[in-house]
Amino acid sequence: MHFMKSQVRFFALILFIALGTLSAAPGSARAVEIEQVTSDKGIKAWLVHDPSVDVIAMEFTFRGAGAVMDPQGKRGTANMVASLIDEGAGERDSKAVRSILEADSITMRFNAGLEDLHGSFYSLNRYRDEGISLLHDALTAPRFDKEPVERIRRQIISNLVQEQSDPDTVASNALMSGLFGSQAYGMPSDGDQKAVVSISTDDLRAHVKNAFGRDNLIIGVTGNITADELKPILDRVFGDLPAHSKAMKPGKEEAAFDGGTVVKSLDVPQSSVVFAQAGPARRDKDFYALYILNHIMGGSGLNSLLSGEIREKRGLVYTVTSYLHPLTGAPLLAGYLGTKNASVKEAVGLVRKVWKDVRDNGVTSAELEDAKTFLTGSYPLRFTNSSSIASMLAAIQEDGLGIDYINRRNDIISSVTLDQVNAAAGKWLKPDALTFAIAGKPEGMAASPAN
Amino acid sequence: MSRFRTGLHAGTVLLVMTALVLVGALSIPAGAAVFSPRTKTLANGLEVVVVENHRAPVVTHMLWYKVGAMDEPQGKSGLAHFLEHLMFKATDKLKAGEFSAIVARNGGNENAFTTQDYTAYFQSVSKDRLGLMMKLEADRMVNLKLTPEVIEPERKVILEERRMRTDNDAGSQLQEESGAALFRNHPYGTPVIGWEREIEHLSIDDITSFYKRYYAPNNAIVVVAGDVKADEVFKLAEKYYGRLKPSDLPTRPDWREPPHRADIMVTMKDARVKEPSWSRRMTAPSFATGPDKDIYPLEVLINGIGGGGSSVLYQSLVVDKKVANSAGAWFDPAARGPGQIVFYAEPAKGVTVEELQDAFQKELAGLAKNPLSDADIEKIKRRLVDSAELALDSLSTPARVLGQALAIGRSVDDVENYPDRIEAVTPEQVRDVAARYLSRHGYVTSILLPKATESVSTGEAENKS
Repeated sequence: MHFMKSQVRFFALILFIALGTLSAAPGSARAVEIEQVTSDKGIKAWLVHDPSVDVIAMEFTFRGAGAVMDPQGKRGTANMVASLIDEGAGERDSKAVRSILEADSITMRFNAGLEDLHGSFYSLNRYRDEGISLLHDALTAPRFDKEPVERIRRQIISNLVQEQSDPDTVASNALMSGLFGSQAYGMPSDGDQKAVVSISTDDLRAHVKNAFGRDNLIIGVTGNITADELKPILDRVFGDLPAHSKAMKPGKEEAAFDGGTVVKSLDVPQSSVVFAQAGPARRDKDFYALYILNHIMGGSGLNSLLSGEIREKRGLVYTVTSYLHPLTGAPLLAGYLGTKNASVKEAVGLVRKVWKDVRDNGVTSAELEDAKTFLTGSYPLRFTNSSSIASMLAAIQEDGLGIDYINRRNDIISSVTLDQVNAAAGKWLKPDALTFAIAGKPEGMAASPAN
Repeated sequence: MSRFRTGLHAGTVLLVMTALVLVGALSIPAGAAVFSPRTKTLANGLEVVVVENHRAPVVTHMLWYKVGAMDEPQGKSGLAHFLEHLMFKATDKLKAGEFSAIVARNGGNENAFTTQDYTAYFQSVSKDRLGLMMKLEADRMVNLKLTPEVIEPERKVILEERRMRTDNDAGSQLQEESGAALFRNHPYGTPVIGWEREIEHLSIDDITSFYKRYYAPNNAIVVVAGDVKADEVFKLAEKYYGRLKPSDLPTRPDWREPPHRADIMVTMKDARVKEPSWSRRMTAPSFATGPDKDIYPLEVLINGIGGGGSSVLYQSLVVDKKVANSAGAWFDPAARGPGQIVFYAEPAKGVTVEELQDAFQKELAGLAKNPLSDADIEKIKRRLVDSAELALDSLSTPARVLGQALAIGRSVDDVENYPDRIEAVTPEQVRDVAARYLSRHGYVTSILLPKATESVSTGEAENKS
């Protein structure tokens, strides 16, 4: 299935951080028990047995199977595969698959990002067997029949065309292309029209053959299911995959953080403004200090420093936000705001000002304590639905954080000191290297020459 | 609309809260309950609803005011939503922004949203902070302190929000105008965010009198879902909300939408539009207007013909005939005013909007006579009934479903009986509503075209991208 709604790729990447433990701070703690399950065929998964609702939620990732694997000139292949493997597999054509999924309220969908290809499976247990069979077929025997291939291709192209008018997408594409040029991160994972038109069924099949293996597979499972019940499911779904994939090991990407501003002219009353600089890798020793710092600066909604200056005091925006985006090849610290064309210059100036202030003066002890209290206290809220727990299990494995991470996470956050945060601010924040891209008609800012 | 949309936040994407179309409870065998809430009404009229869910030591606390954009005085559109924003500013006890800071300091997530029918505020927190959340909500229900210093920057914020949601997107601008065309009389024709000029002129007196008139315990519902015991919640509610005085609520005008006989076409050409799109909307039964007997059969019908990739419209127009890139339909009866049925489609490349419209109309004409097979009807019913069970896999969904139902004047029993009501739908009833609704007139057709298109009825869109 392909979703027609345009997605800003900067924001469409979900759950970049796995943070999960049932919290300490306010309220009582409840340790989460994760079982490492290994099936007879050696498929590994992490399981949290949770009988709250009679469902199974499975989130899995094929590492390196995203757009980084797309052949030259065929960017969008992984994305097209993700949109098509649920449109007919094995003996069942597209209509048959969709009919079963919809009749049984089963979620089976796939998403290809820049780096990885993710899969989600969610089903009431009474429909599980049929769903597992569909999932196995999607991964091992997708049909790529002509009708769905052409239909999905048309939908992807239509989306790409419509995104040309969407300032969020135009700005974020301009930023990534400015930073990364012809490297893998320089183009969006859904490609461009020319590339998508050229993708053949052979290309799609080749991607499936190369991308899905048992050696690049990470699985998280939650639900009313025991380890013994899960093992045969893992074998059924993943057991026929090749032992080794040809997925890409992520390489380093050089980002050109020149501190400049690219302007793409778009006839809209409100400009979309995106910005980025270098950020920490997930396992960098400064990661947690920067995670908390980012929360204070722009990750805490109305309570953030950026929101205080730009929204609360001056009413220049409805949304201003910043976030960590630890792409393997080039981790980023990035942000977004939307403001009317007449205010863009002022808003951009305020972002740079906040960046400078925090680099030079750090944050206060009160700001740090408030951030920690929120981050630790709100943690249990991630454990209230099965899919989000399963996603966290997958993400914790992807980041190599350890099976006890959930139970350690709040202590890690609590133990970050003011000195550490402010040292990280001084070391990492680079207001002069903070690079902007704007889509709209920002007053007093000329459009960049087209390239 | 909600007060803020954030991007990535601590690992998850927060979605903008928009007017929710939540139809339905989950299914469990006939006669059984869905959420099994406990309820109590305080002496001052405040309704309190509790759903116990002991999965994690957290709660969602929601406060629903039975007032929305439809209650705004003429010429003062955007008032309900503006007030929603200002509810986060100063009270007698708190400085502007302190409410959010306190919630955050207590590990809580929060947001709010305004629709035509109601305005809701909510926090999700550790269960031992529930009393504090009630204290905060009780305070701002009656003690809001509005001054020009807080109002003016927020007016600008709302104008940015309007730009983001509407002005930046041609399709949204078109839908705003076609909504105005659809409702000849009912205030639903006015956008929730408000017309730009009217937002600019809302005064502090306008906001204050709206607040005093409608924000009162006897116009509100508290819904709590999570790791709590109902009796303890009732005690807390009595402690924090019990002392608030009820007010004399104004009588709401009995808005009636007259019958729609004329078909209206709303067309917009815009340089930002790269590809044309088509939709058709019409008023339909709601829980407020009735007729009740048509609602559940319509829910089955519209879901079956237009809800998803295996639906009749999608399979016929997108897969088989290839005249559309997307096609579907939805039905919303959960309203204090008229409900709506909406059909939508985007033409495939090389197909004009007029050709698409012809194909869609032919499809509907056929479905009016012969909608769904009995087997398909049973599948849809099963899916709708299963959705109730799946709603339990969430902290907040049960609270939202119950809150919305009560805020539009329905009862807890209506929610709890949803599975039975769906089960009771017969193929005959589905055929009957198909015949009476699918070829009905009085609709508004909305057509969005690239600028270069000559006209709707001649030729292809000339925009070459």
